[in-house]
Amino acid sequence: MDAFTTHTGTGVPLRRSNVDTDQIIPAEYLKRVTKSGFEDGLFAAWRKDETFILNDPTYAAGSILVAGPDFGTGSSREHAVWALMNYGFRVVVSSRFADIFRGNSGKAGLLTAQCSQDDVELLWKLLENEPGTSVTVDLVSRTITAGDVVAAFDVDEYTRWRLLEGLDDISLTLRHEPDITAYEQLRPAWKPVTG
Amino acid sequence: MGRTLAEKVWDAHVVRQGEGEPDLLYIDLHLLHEVTSPQAFDGLRLSGRPVRRTDLTLATEDHNVPTTPGPITDPISLTQVHTLRRNCEEFGIRLYPMGDAEQGIVHVVGPQLGLTQPGMTVVCGDSHTSTHGAFGALAFGIGTSEVEHVLATQTLPLKPFRTMAITVDGELADGVSSKDIVLAVIAKIGTGGGQGYVLEFRGSAIRALSMEGRMTVCNMSIEAGARAGMIAPDETTFAYLEGRDHAPRGEDWDAAVASWRELHTDEDAEFDAEVVIDASELTPFVTWGTNPGQGAPLSHSVPDPATMDDTERQSAERALEYMGLVAGTPLRRIAIDTVFVGSCTNGRIEDLRAAAAVVKGRRVADGVRMLVVPGSARVRLQAEAEGLDTVFTEAGAEWRLPGCSMCLAMNPDKLAPGERSASTSNRNFEGRQGKGGRTHLVSPLVAAATAVRGTLSSPSDLEPLEPLVPAADLAHQEA
Ligand code: SF4
Repeated sequence: MDAFTTHTGTGVPLRRSNVDTDQIIPAEYLKRVTKSGFEDGLFAAWRKDETFILNDPTYAAGSILVAGPDFGTGSSREHAVWALMNYGFRVVVSSRFADIFRGNSGKAGLLTAQCSQDDVELLWKLLENEPGTSVTVDLVSRTITAGDVVAAFDVDEYTRWRLLEGLDDISLTLRHEPDITAYEQLRPAWKPVTG
Repeated sequence: MGRTLAEKVWDAHVVRQGEGEPDLLYIDLHLLHEVTSPQAFDGLRLSGRPVRRTDLTLATEDHNVPTTPGPITDPISLTQVHTLRRNCEEFGIRLYPMGDAEQGIVHVVGPQLGLTQPGMTVVCGDSHTSTHGAFGALAFGIGTSEVEHVLATQTLPLKPFRTMAITVDGELADGVSSKDIVLAVIAKIGTGGGQGYVLEFRGSAIRALSMEGRMTVCNMSIEAGARAGMIAPDETTFAYLEGRDHAPRGEDWDAAVASWRELHTDEDAEFDAEVVIDASELTPFVTWGTNPGQGAPLSHSVPDPATMDDTERQSAERALEYMGLVAGTPLRRIAIDTVFVGSCTNGRIEDLRAAAAVVKGRRVADGVRMLVVPGSARVRLQAEAEGLDTVFTEAGAEWRLPGCSMCLAMNPDKLAPGERSASTSNRNFEGRQGKGGRTHLVSPLVAAATAVRGTLSSPSDLEPLEPLVPAADLAHQEA
């Protein structure tokens, strides 16, 4: 996983709330067995509409998505995170994220920056009035800077540390392998096995 | 201070706690299906890691399988299923493939085998894993990288959840079921209302539910945004489990039951939030919008977005446009063309019995197709042994092979654009049942009554089967 300290890129205002994972990546794209190439499925239904924001060439290089509240609700599919990342997004900004989506994002290296809805509105206005505005997301100071907007964002300490270090989950856990073995020896023998 | 049920199960699974780090939790059962596992196995292969506990892991094929006889024809579906078979073979994991006597929807298979037991931690790369919470297990959906993590370590680093009590007291009226309870809960707290919480369903109405009914309630906790739903185990739970293939036996059974009896929220425990619902006030519930929180009692009309606050209004306006509905239309006037009875929410034997009792001796309305899809091969066999298949086919419904079917548009069972369904599944998102398809979530009873009348209906809307006065006598009297 690549380390994330600061990222500067094009902000994309997505004025929609309750963006569920079926909209981020429709079920029909889930059948693939790889971890890459999901960019064509990102917001597939909405992209059929010519006026949808990602069809505007100004945002072609978009890497910071600024969305309404309750982003990532619905199915636990991690493909939603891959689709966003494969497309080129490194950061999603929203005032509220669905838990599973947020967890999935942290592990894959997509930053979910949670800030106030007022700040989201300010960013929307700025990005709509001046399309293509460059936005900087600084994970060290936890701030989003765009034009004259400076917004603080929340991300939990643990996820932040891991993103900053670029640490992968499994290697972290396997450092405690003896604890796992010790726990296994204490499990009641009647617990079911599948074999 | 006392602990809640969720906290007790959590505490019993902590492998390691570290300052400022998430707890490392042990996982008792890991269920897999073909959609969310391939990339996890890919990851293991790339890093040269084995599966730590193949004996606590089980796979089944469900999302992609066709529900009519014959092979999978869609090439991508086929790739996913073949990939799962290859991965299970390579890593030594038990798999119940299409056609196997134990195959079925992952959340139907675990409980019916007795693999889901009170006090366990159960995970699966599928959000409806919350279903297993009906047994007093802490069960939740995980993403593919967590699937890889559990395969490699049999643990997950997790941050504690908050707890919410949902107390449902009172008696359900006739024709009202567990599905109506959970739809009413979601409408009350909203699709984000359970965010960050484990919900514990309690109260006399919950106690009175069968295991199937409890599974329906826990299954849909996730639609309120919750991480999991739980119900404390009791005699109903033990009776369901006793004698099942993987349930403990003999002395082990006694030891297990003794420990399961401790699994309830202590009197002096505190929840972070509480919601109370009066079961006696509930009536059949249906959704009118495009998220499971957009629902109302069947006796109501399509709501007017103008009466809602800003965020809700926008979402309701969009929903009505997508659903092709006009505010003010009585819900009972909405005509549907498809009825789906099935899924991990309502594809168990009791659900099929409820639907069969309604359609028995009646006909599915002209122009309506009704699909009845058992949740597993075992459910199918049992239903056939009880003659339910004949009841359905005689009424004009289609009796299918087990799978996720029309719950999601990943297999041949789909809605065409503009088609409208009454569905016993769990999600009414845009396109969930097929591009442009419109979904109304309902209970099996409402689904069956709707199939007969062709409009959203409850069994009480149906004409009695036998006229109280024979028709001939009526004609005679009038003459
Ligand atoms: S029946 Fe539906 S919700 Fe349940 S596992 Fe299958 S696709 Fe998911």
